Amino acid sequence: MASLLNHPVSRDQAKVMNRFDITKRLVDLLHQDEAVIGGIGYTNFDLWAASSGPNGRRQQNFYMLGSMGLAVPIALGVALAQPVRKVFALEGDGSILMQLGSLSTVAARAQKNLCVVIMDNGAYQITGGQMTMTGQGADVVGIARASGLAQSAWAADEEAFAELIRLALKEDGPWLIGCRIDAGKPVDTTERDPSRIRDNFMRGLGVKG
Amino acid sequence: MPEQSWHEIVRNVLKRHNVSLVTYVPDNVLRPLIDGVHADPFFTAFACTREEEALGINAGAWMGGTRGILLMQTSGFATLPNVLASLSVPFQIPTLMMVSERGTLGEFNIGQSLVARTMRPVLDALAIEHHTMTRLDEAQFIVDRSITQAVATRAPVCFILSPLLTGGKVFAK
Ligand SMILES: Cc1ncc(C[n+]2csc(CCOP(=O)(O)OP(=O)(O)O)c2C)c(N)n1
Repeated sequence: MASLLNHPVSRDQAKVMNRFDITKRLVDLLHQDEAVIGGIGYTNFDLWAASSGPNGRRQQNFYMLGSMGLAVPIALGVALAQPVRKVFALEGDGSILMQLGSLSTVAARAQKNLCVVIMDNGAYQITGGQMTMTGQGADVVGIARASGLAQSAWAADEEAFAELIRLALKEDGPWLIGCRIDAGKPVDTTERDPSRIRDNFMRGLGVKG
Repeated sequence: MPEQSWHEIVRNVLKRHNVSLVTYVPDNVLRPLIDGVHADPFFTAFACTREEEALGINAGAWMGGTRGILLMQTSGFATLPNVLASLSVPFQIPTLMMVSERGTLGEFNIGQSLVARTMRPVLDALAIEHHTMTRLDEAQFIVDRSITQAVATRAPVCFILSPLLTGGKVFAK
């Protein structure tokens, strides 16, 4: 944990990055079999966009089409069921603020194979950019620490983000990485076909539905 | 052989169907079932901060290959319509729910009696299979068959534990 000491202590010290850019960096760092849950909002659009490659789209992704706030619980469930697989939850600031209790549940479970990434643009961007509380003083990394997630850090910049992801891939969690992001539009739109999304994801995890 | 209680019957059926994850927001009537699953190493059981959260955990676990059930009170069910309609039903996830029924047959809290009236209309509106369990001799059949059906048809199911089965919560004067 000493390695987290060089990260910014608060939200305003973190560099404002771009959601598609860091999502792409995350996907590129994955080995292949990690599960990724994309929360409602633009987070899951950019996961969809960042996951398409020359060999098709990565299969181990789950895209929520509603159920605002449930990316972390869904990821925790996958992590419980498949303890040797690393599981990532990508969630917006507006969404995590709606389900803050889930951070303490993750902490209480001490779920080793789980990493939460918060895409904090200080806004409900998909519904018109209205301000969330993170733009008005709430610090999600601070909240996570106080919820019992000791391994929580702001990514200082893109390089630090990649370093934190590498750490989460290698060492026991639970991890939480706060990322400040700009108001850039997502690069693509997720296909809204829930049974297909679920079926693909389960096949990607090697589970028969 | 002494007759089994409702919660022993439920616990045994869950085991037989390999439902090993039990998430809950507690309720007094559910206490013997919650205590029973905590005492049995077959189960992973823990409380969640909200019923929605518990539903999400069970959904993720199911996609990862582990079956779970969500235990809650009537008032807890009332927080779920959005996630049932946007996660469980459209994604075809067999969300297993067990609700301890408050609000009827001697309720003393007006808030409970009002919120209870929303439960069956919500389940019916979403065409979610539900069974009100009133008799000990039917308990095993209902839970056993309904879990099989939920898994086979990839659809949620809700078991409503009537005070007729559990004794309910009695007004303390
Ligand atoms: C329970 C619930 N309340 C409100 C909405 C409407 N809604 C959909 S997305 C969203 C904003 C999500 O914000 P955030 O998580 O910050 O993601 P961003 O849009 O910034 O990517 C809202 C309010 C909803 N779908 N469900």
